[in-house]
Amino acid sequence: MAAAATCGAGVLSSGCVASTAGRSSTSSFQRRTKASGADGGGPRLLSIAGTRPSVRNGQLLVSTGLPALDQLLGGGLAVGTVLLIEEDKYNIYSPLLFKYFLAEGIVNGHTLLVASAKEKPADILQELPAPLLDDNGKKELEDIHNSKTPEPDVSMKIAWRYQLLPKMQVGPVSSSRFGHYYDVSKRIPQELLGSSKWHGFFLPEHITSDLKGESCSLSGDYMKLLQFIQNIIYTEGFDGSNPQKKQKNILRIGIQNFGSPLWGDDICCTENSDNSHRLTKFLYVLRGLLRTSLSACIITMPTHLIQNKAITSRVRNLSDTVVGLESFIGSEKETNPLYKDYHGLIHIRKIPRLNNLTCDESDVKDLAFKLKRKLFTIEADSSALATIWALGDLLR
Amino acid sequence: MFPELNNLLSTTPDRTEQGKLTLLCEAKTDGSFLVHHFLSFYLKANCKVCFVALVQSFSHYNIVAQKLGVSLTAARERGQLVFLEGLKSSVDIFFRAQEEPQALQFLREESTGNLQSLYQFVRDSLKPVDSGETPWKFPVLLVDNLSVLLSLGLGAVAVLDFMQYCRARVCCELKGNVVALVHDDQDAKDEENDILLNGLSHQSHLVLRAEGLATGFCKDVHGQLRILWRKPQPTSRRDRSLTYQYKIQDKNVSFFAKGMSPAVL
Repeated sequence: MAAAATCGAGVLSSGCVASTAGRSSTSSFQRRTKASGADGGGPRLLSIAGTRPSVRNGQLLVSTGLPALDQLLGGGLAVGTVLLIEEDKYNIYSPLLFKYFLAEGIVNGHTLLVASAKEKPADILQELPAPLLDDNGKKELEDIHNSKTPEPDVSMKIAWRYQLLPKMQVGPVSSSRFGHYYDVSKRIPQELLGSSKWHGFFLPEHITSDLKGESCSLSGDYMKLLQFIQNIIYTEGFDGSNPQKKQKNILRIGIQNFGSPLWGDDICCTENSDNSHRLTKFLYVLRGLLRTSLSACIITMPTHLIQNKAITSRVRNLSDTVVGLESFIGSEKETNPLYKDYHGLIHIRKIPRLNNLTCDESDVKDLAFKLKRKLFTIEADSSALATIWALGDLLR
Repeated sequence: MFPELNNLLSTTPDRTEQGKLTLLCEAKTDGSFLVHHFLSFYLKANCKVCFVALVQSFSHYNIVAQKLGVSLTAARERGQLVFLEGLKSSVDIFFRAQEEPQALQFLREESTGNLQSLYQFVRDSLKPVDSGETPWKFPVLLVDNLSVLLSLGLGAVAVLDFMQYCRARVCCELKGNVVALVHDDQDAKDEENDILLNGLSHQSHLVLRAEGLATGFCKDVHGQLRILWRKPQPTSRRDRSLTYQYKIQDKNVSFFAKGMSPAVL
């Protein structure tokens, strides 16, 4: 059944080969004979660096840059989908996840597209964390596995319920192929940056004072970003429709602080925004673009600022994967003794069901993160769990 | 299609009611398994299906349908299935100039438009063949999902109008069925969505509501399905309602009475 199936212009599975396709054909990507996992058993298995097929349905996955988050999302982020990060209140930790995603792209040789209204993309790329080299990477893994007490400079780790689940495993694929560890205290080496391919979209450079002609019912800023993204996808051949260019690489798109007032949107300022559908329309068309191309997108959005909760729920429904960060800074949880080891909570609000009736939801729902000197770890909030069992739900 | 759900609804592909509007509702959980069920059900029942798929790509539905025993590509080729892929046509509308009016033409319009072009697409695809001899039993319109239309700038009234037109055409004139999925966010105070949901609930003959469990996530019970049979005309008989819990597996969904999950017993 798998061998005969054709992938439509949709989310890709392993073994899909990008072939030139006219617009009239239904599928841009033909699935060749399905190979077994990552050992490349099939005759013509397309293997793009930094991707691996999902064990559940052969979906092509990329790493988010945080192996712990990859495990929570069912192995990684599916190519062709949108990962929405709901920013924490003071936007301290969500840029880290954003940078991990981009750094992972650089380490794997993927093409990057960075869009921001606040910082220049070149500056964002300069601040990416440095990857841990393989020898050090293995050493860090040992430290994480062996340490019971938190060390002063251990990175963010995801620990499951200690009794029930095994220690965090990177998975059958070695860490040098899929999912790397990063040191946030160091900057990415310049030679890695120099050899990488990236495109930047800095909103102030694209603003024109007058909107000419048809407005296409999207605000000018969103429309320009959409056109920029579509242009890159088309000219560099990520959707397989450009006859000159045959691309066998992933495009990683990162959009920072989307929906904030800097993007010209007033959903964070007022409750009854007239143009509230512009953001959601953008997300819909972006999803259409992603589904037909070899790309994955991360968007960080200050959803806590959106006044109209209906928009927040619509945004969540339009995104494939939704992760929310809640930091303890300034809240009463900061002084709560149960949370003293952690910096915040991480909520996996939604995981997509792609090509499948089911999805890989993790059993642990109470997750907390902490940013240690070098790394960002996610842990099952075991102290909170114990208290919940003992005293009831007093933390919400 | 899921045999257990057929038993609960007392239908089989050979013997289905016609002229009905079925409303699928998902609250705090993913209700797309219901869409997959009805899609494969009506294709197996030899009906002509017009599927307005706004949320996922064709290959997604195809791969799941193959697990349920139906091939969407084959159905499309023999003319049984008309598939509108919302994501792909939205990209076409935005980035490539189109000459003839498209089904999702409202995406290009600035002001709150209406769904007339989409209705015309549905009407044309479910048009009965003039010769009178058709291999298909009756037409079916399947929409996944209507809440996305609200996110695309349309008002609840426009979507309700569209459903009214479709119901008049498909259910009353052509004696077919209409199935639509609506999202229900109980916390979010999405007024437009509430208007849409309430309006459709009053018009529908069958409401299937997939809800997440009130106690939160559970590995063995994925949610609760509430089935409500309604008579839109007021009669003396009361509406019949049943509640089951379900667990979604790879190729099937198993249903059981509340609290009777095999994992618990």
